[in-house]
Amino acid sequence: MKDCYLGVDIGSISTKGVIIDENNNIITKAYIWTEGNPTNAVRKLLDILKQKLPKDFQIKGIGTTGSARKLIGLMLKASVVKNEITAHAIGTLTFYPNVRTILEIGGQDSKIILIKNGIITNYAMNTLCAAGTGSFLSSQAKRLGIDVEKFGDYALKSKNPVKIAARCTVFAESDLVHKAQVGYPKEDIIAGLCKSVVLNYLNNVGKGKKIVGPIIFQGGVSKNKGVVKYFKEILNEDIIVDENSHLMGAIGIAVLAKKNKTGHTYSLEMKNIKFQTKAFECHRCPNSCELLKIYRNNELVDSWGSKCGKY
Amino acid sequence: MTKIAFPKMGDYHIPAAYLLSHIFPNDEIISPPNITAKTIEIGTKYSPEFVCTPFKYTLGTMIESLNKGAEILIQMGGGCRYGYYAELQEKILEDLGYKCKIINLVTKGETNIKRINKLLKQINPKFSKLKAIYYSFIALKMVKYMDIVDDYIRENIGFEQIEGSFENLKEEMLVEFSQTKNYYSLYKTYKKYLKKFHKLKVRKPDNRLKIGIIGELYTIMEPFSNYYLEKSLAKHHIEIKRFTNVHYLLFEKAKKAKKYQKYAQKHFTYNMGADASDNIARCKYLCEKNYDGIIHIKSSFCTPEIGAMPIINKIASIYQKPVLFFSFDSATSQTGIETRLEAFYDMLEMRKEK
Repeated sequence: MKDCYLGVDIGSISTKGVIIDENNNIITKAYIWTEGNPTNAVRKLLDILKQKLPKDFQIKGIGTTGSARKLIGLMLKASVVKNEITAHAIGTLTFYPNVRTILEIGGQDSKIILIKNGIITNYAMNTLCAAGTGSFLSSQAKRLGIDVEKFGDYALKSKNPVKIAARCTVFAESDLVHKAQVGYPKEDIIAGLCKSVVLNYLNNVGKGKKIVGPIIFQGGVSKNKGVVKYFKEILNEDIIVDENSHLMGAIGIAVLAKKNKTGHTYSLEMKNIKFQTKAFECHRCPNSCELLKIYRNNELVDSWGSKCGKY
Repeated sequence: MTKIAFPKMGDYHIPAAYLLSHIFPNDEIISPPNITAKTIEIGTKYSPEFVCTPFKYTLGTMIESLNKGAEILIQMGGGCRYGYYAELQEKILEDLGYKCKIINLVTKGETNIKRINKLLKQINPKFSKLKAIYYSFIALKMVKYMDIVDDYIRENIGFEQIEGSFENLKEEMLVEFSQTKNYYSLYKTYKKYLKKFHKLKVRKPDNRLKIGIIGELYTIMEPFSNYYLEKSLAKHHIEIKRFTNVHYLLFEKAKKAKKYQKYAQKHFTYNMGADASDNIARCKYLCEKNYDGIIHIKSSFCTPEIGAMPIINKIASIYQKPVLFFSFDSATSQTGIETRLEAFYDMLEMRKEK
């Protein structure tokens, strides 16, 4: 039996799973939509991974990252639960030890990570709003009646991208509607949208940060060729987009799980495990904390949200 | 008999209540209720949208106190928008139909004994001046002792051996402080507890992480408004250095202003209002003292600190130190803060290891 390690990255829009071996080679990977239900998505993800995993491998470590990392960490009894910034940096560093800047645009957040000599020196995450992130792009794609996956191809066709005020999602949307109603062709609007994502990112997240090459662009939006093109144009640097760029978080957390071995063997079988969450509001004091109790096989494993620590 | 109330900030309501109850023994002092989600909800509802968050917190507490029957509210002012808090809050409360009076002890960032005397007479004309001076002295000493103890706690709480030992002892101390009879007993209690604090078991590793917290004063001093930042840092076993406290604001700020300006003269020439220039100098100090990281916190829309942020960023990049900026608002999400803090902590660990 050979050892392998599972990394799960549960984002707001997509759920990613990767299984790596001792030498950080990817054995299997899966990418599915979260659809607002992380536990269900993870069950589906594990089913896919289980079918793809060769029989002679056993899972020796599980790590979770992404916005639902804590919940899924409890569900899978993960050995490592880490934030997505660390996971992305570790994942990228295993494949590109010389990287200096990581640009990452995901479903609901965007971040920049600066690295020097293999150590994170600084990072930033969007604070204002979700303008220019994946969820914004996918909602605009729906409005224009185009699949998000084809966005990049459309953008590349355009020679004359329109200007879109992308400071804020709401303004960007009304500007976009206006441009469409005035009669601009779809390609130009989409190209303008891609460009505005880049400008917004650099003005908001990248503000005051020195962006030095080699630059790696990742997260779901890195699959959008239009955005990559405008990053290249505006930064005037080469942008590396790995074929697994959308999986980097999952790879990073799998690497961390490999480093923190527990000696335990994990199973991918989730059918027999009942996982429930119960939400209620506590009224003992005016704080009215929203509490969440988490049950695994009807056994209370954790509860969150309490300010006073009573629960 | 009048009912007097005042806003809450950290634990400073204890010396404030102590002082007022001794100057006005025949009046009732309403100690501010603990800040809860409800407080900020009320405060936000009646505040202008883009006012800084401390305004919302203090207004919320004031309304809660008024609902408890308060008639006179005490507020202060400072060298930024804080200077207009009292007037604006009075107007808002008047419009809401509350019958109350706001007494503003500090206007335009200045005050003197004559003015305070006049204001106190408005509360109760028959108060004893001698008593007022004596108990002010005790209250100010109490503030000083609390700040000294807090500094010690901040440096050590992350390494406590018995969970909660520091917090429990501090609560005990504050209860005894509030029952102090005279200066001598206060001093004795302080010495007693300082000894007790030093006796609490801590295990401090040599390669521990050290973080300095700088930023806007209210957000720093009221833990509810910074989402218990110090507590969560302590959970990660980090030594915390914080400069701002009431003793500093009352006695040291004026003295240190020139020193700070000279120390960081490369980075700013003119006073930037409130604590902005102090924070620039502190940032330089923390970098030079080889702290591992700096956390700058402010309430949203705090103008002086917004001016200081790019300079702090620049200083940090000169010394190659990471800075984490937080802007707290009534609508900040706790998870966002946790993710950023966790990543900051991981980054510092990684840097330390290499």
